[in-house]
Amino acid sequence: MAAIELRGLTKVYPGGVKALDALDLVIPDGEFFALLGPSGCGKTTLLRTIAGLETATGGAVVIGGRDVTGVQPGGRDVAMVFQDYALFPHMDVTDNIAYPLRIKKVPKGTRREKAAEVGARLGLEHLMDRRPGQLSGGQQQRVALARVMATQAQAYLFDEPLSNLDARLRLEARTFLKKLQRELGVTTVFVTHDQAEALAMADRMAVMEAGHIRQIGTPSEVFQRPANTFVAAFIGSTPMNLLDGIVRGDTLEVAGCKVAVPDSAAGLLSDGEQIVYGVRPEYLAYSAEPADGAFGGKVAIVENLGAAHLVTLDVGGVSVQAVVPEGSEPAVGDDGFALPRRDRALIYRNGELV
Amino acid sequence: MTRFVLGRIGFYTMIAVLLAFFTIPLLWLVTAPFTSDPTYEVRVPDFTWDNFKAVVEHPYALPSLWNSVVLSVGTALLVVIFSALAAYALSRVRVPGRDALLYALLLLSSIITGTAAMVPLFQLAVELNLIDSQMGLILILTGGLLPAAIFMLKDFMDSTPKSYEESARVFGASPLQIVRHVVVPVVRPGLATIAVWSVANVWGNFLMPYLLLSDVEKQPAAVITYTLYTEGGQANLSMLSTFGLLYSIPVVLMYLFVSKKYGFRFHGGIKR
Amino acid sequence: MAQAISPPEVAAESGKERYSSDAAGLGKARAGVFMAPALLLIAAFLVFPALWVLYLGLTNYRLTGVAAAEPQFVGLDNLLDAASNPTFWSSTWLTVEFVLGSAVIGQVVLGFTIAWLLRDKRGPIKRVVEGLVILAWILPSAIVSFLWVALLDRDAGTLNALLGMPGMAWLLDHPMLSIIVFNTWRGTAFSMMLYGAALGNVPPSHLESARLAGASGWQQLRDVVFPHIRGHILTNLLLISLWTFNDFSPFLLTAGGPDGKSEVLAVHVYKVALQGGELGYGAAVSTIILLINLVVAVFYLRLLRSKK
Repeated sequence: MAAIELRGLTKVYPGGVKALDALDLVIPDGEFFALLGPSGCGKTTLLRTIAGLETATGGAVVIGGRDVTGVQPGGRDVAMVFQDYALFPHMDVTDNIAYPLRIKKVPKGTRREKAAEVGARLGLEHLMDRRPGQLSGGQQQRVALARVMATQAQAYLFDEPLSNLDARLRLEARTFLKKLQRELGVTTVFVTHDQAEALAMADRMAVMEAGHIRQIGTPSEVFQRPANTFVAAFIGSTPMNLLDGIVRGDTLEVAGCKVAVPDSAAGLLSDGEQIVYGVRPEYLAYSAEPADGAFGGKVAIVENLGAAHLVTLDVGGVSVQAVVPEGSEPAVGDDGFALPRRDRALIYRNGELV
Repeated sequence: MTRFVLGRIGFYTMIAVLLAFFTIPLLWLVTAPFTSDPTYEVRVPDFTWDNFKAVVEHPYALPSLWNSVVLSVGTALLVVIFSALAAYALSRVRVPGRDALLYALLLLSSIITGTAAMVPLFQLAVELNLIDSQMGLILILTGGLLPAAIFMLKDFMDSTPKSYEESARVFGASPLQIVRHVVVPVVRPGLATIAVWSVANVWGNFLMPYLLLSDVEKQPAAVITYTLYTEGGQANLSMLSTFGLLYSIPVVLMYLFVSKKYGFRFHGGIKR
Repeated sequence: MAQAISPPEVAAESGKERYSSDAAGLGKARAGVFMAPALLLIAAFLVFPALWVLYLGLTNYRLTGVAAAEPQFVGLDNLLDAASNPTFWSSTWLTVEFVLGSAVIGQVVLGFTIAWLLRDKRGPIKRVVEGLVILAWILPSAIVSFLWVALLDRDAGTLNALLGMPGMAWLLDHPMLSIIVFNTWRGTAFSMMLYGAALGNVPPSHLESARLAGASGWQQLRDVVFPHIRGHILTNLLLISLWTFNDFSPFLLTAGGPDGKSEVLAVHVYKVALQGGELGYGAAVSTIILLINLVVAVFYLRLLRSKK
């Protein structure tokens, strides 16, 4: 069990590309931490650098209080689950799980016992003699987890742990992983490009873009108060409305409508400023009746989300989306008004949260 | 309709011609060994084992098959081991000049053929007293096969996922442990392919053993076959046909086995 | 030495890997150790002889006699000897005939024809025909050579029996024809498989469109198939020409006779250098062979690269 700390961690590739740019991060002991970002943002590079598979060009990696920046991958006391699980195809499940113990020179009998123990804990008792090729995706994942648990390492690293599973299994596996990590209490860092996954599983997360960390926070923080427009646009199953606007005294003119200043930005704005107004479709109250401070326009598209609908309003040429509960969805062409929640709307100045 | 029928007739005619062309030369190999006192004629055999007895009793026939085995297996062993090590290093490590080296290997394997190298190899063997050394021949054959083997294996290893090795590495295995525990088992099909390819290349090789082995007891079947039909006045047809059949069977079996198991043919690259 | 496979296509190397490829942490030092045995063997038994032959070609080295003990440097004399030696030139010409006849015309045409005939077939016919063609290729060279000696025998050979021409001594009267047909028979398998694969890659929809537009088989061949496989034809031609140029098996069939009438360069080198003992001269001719190989191989690799 250990905290992981990154101090000014930099990784530059031979071509000059900066994969990681002076990152600072502290992950406390026992936390389930997510590295989230689009492809190419550096999250996997970061994970691999923590593991030691990539060497840092600058800065330090500290695990459990020990500076491991120059230490070989095997000596950092971390364990990693790869995206394809990397279960050795020529070994059965028992030998796969026991492999880390074999490296540690644990005698054969003992390590097979330990492997059986860990396997049983994850419900693999009946599969211990099978080869990885004979297992389903979910079973393979559990074997990979068992193998990592057998190491009793200080920290676990998971590279896209759910992306190899099909959609249905993914949701079950999410819950399973979160529960397991809670039970084990081992510091775990996982990489994902799926924001819903990160929000659901992580205790805290870092949102990355192009080698930088754009925001660190709990899922609620990142969802409700994204620190910049990048995070605002990236997080959320339905994209946040980000609308250009101007400050007019103590109200805002956004998409041609008069809108109230959100609570979070009260007193922080100056007249005539160009700002970006951010509000999630879930935080807009839709009504067919006009309301003060609402966005008014014609309904352009109605998308069915299951228990709700996503209504796109054409507000003077600008699209504003609102989530409407089932039963109250409008028809295309209707006039509609979307009133933003003052406690959930956000203002961005030059891309940063006010 | 007529066009279709004519087309069909044409097709089957061509197939018949092709079948004839490719079968007829082979007929003798399957009829003569079973015919007592065979001539060059292809006749329905009278099914005798006498010729096989003669082969077994011939002082150099069966031993030469053994020599062929020794040469083939010996070469295959060296080729597999050395090419696997080199291919792995070239696949995983960014050695300086790697691309140039690979290109050079490719060139070498095409340019330096037995025909081009027979003079210097022979002269060097004479100078260094290496004539009649089976080991020397194995080394030479290995050297000849290595470039292509390295190239093929590297190709194969490039497409083997690296996550097995990285996984073992994070678990604390040393590089040599990783090679032993993880790499070798995973690339076994590739190694088997190279082994079979090497055996196939050496089994039928005539020129090198002909040049470099003078002791008849060391010569492989390829050379003995040639000896059987050029030494002395009349070619001993019962020996030749029967011995020839025995000599041919292993390669045919190998080919059948490989194409059944891996479903690919010997034409470049390794199918996965 | 000559491989029974084609050198695999050169992969487009790019340094654009995002992550370190040294998955096991081998490091450059260990990598060097891994590569050393193979590279040493290659250097000793492939590269060195190739360089040595250049040197030998410049001496008057002989197997026996004074020049064996004390070879002298004679510069380009051997080359000049070759240039003025009619046997050398006739041998070269015979080799050209051999390559043209058996590789360029024989194997390519026959290989393509078979591939084309069998292109859409599955079933036993395809398996049997392919199996036999491949059998001709994989059987040991000493055996197939003798099978053809038997086939072409003047008195009891099957060919004469079939053609009703007893007493026709093919190997004596038509040695070049014999070895050309023999080599075509032997080597067609490679071209057949190559064209088979290439034809398999022609999108069926193109062929269908042509057929629906009323194109005959021949027109489909000309307008749809050839454009697709044009690149393959050239590379295939180069490769098998290279192999045929270096092929030693005519020796097994005719030993270059009668009277050198089928003495292709490979056999010529053997006769002059190893039977005749003139190693210096033989080395010079070998150098010429090497250079020709080099030119063809480089051309072939260039073509492969540009196809990517």
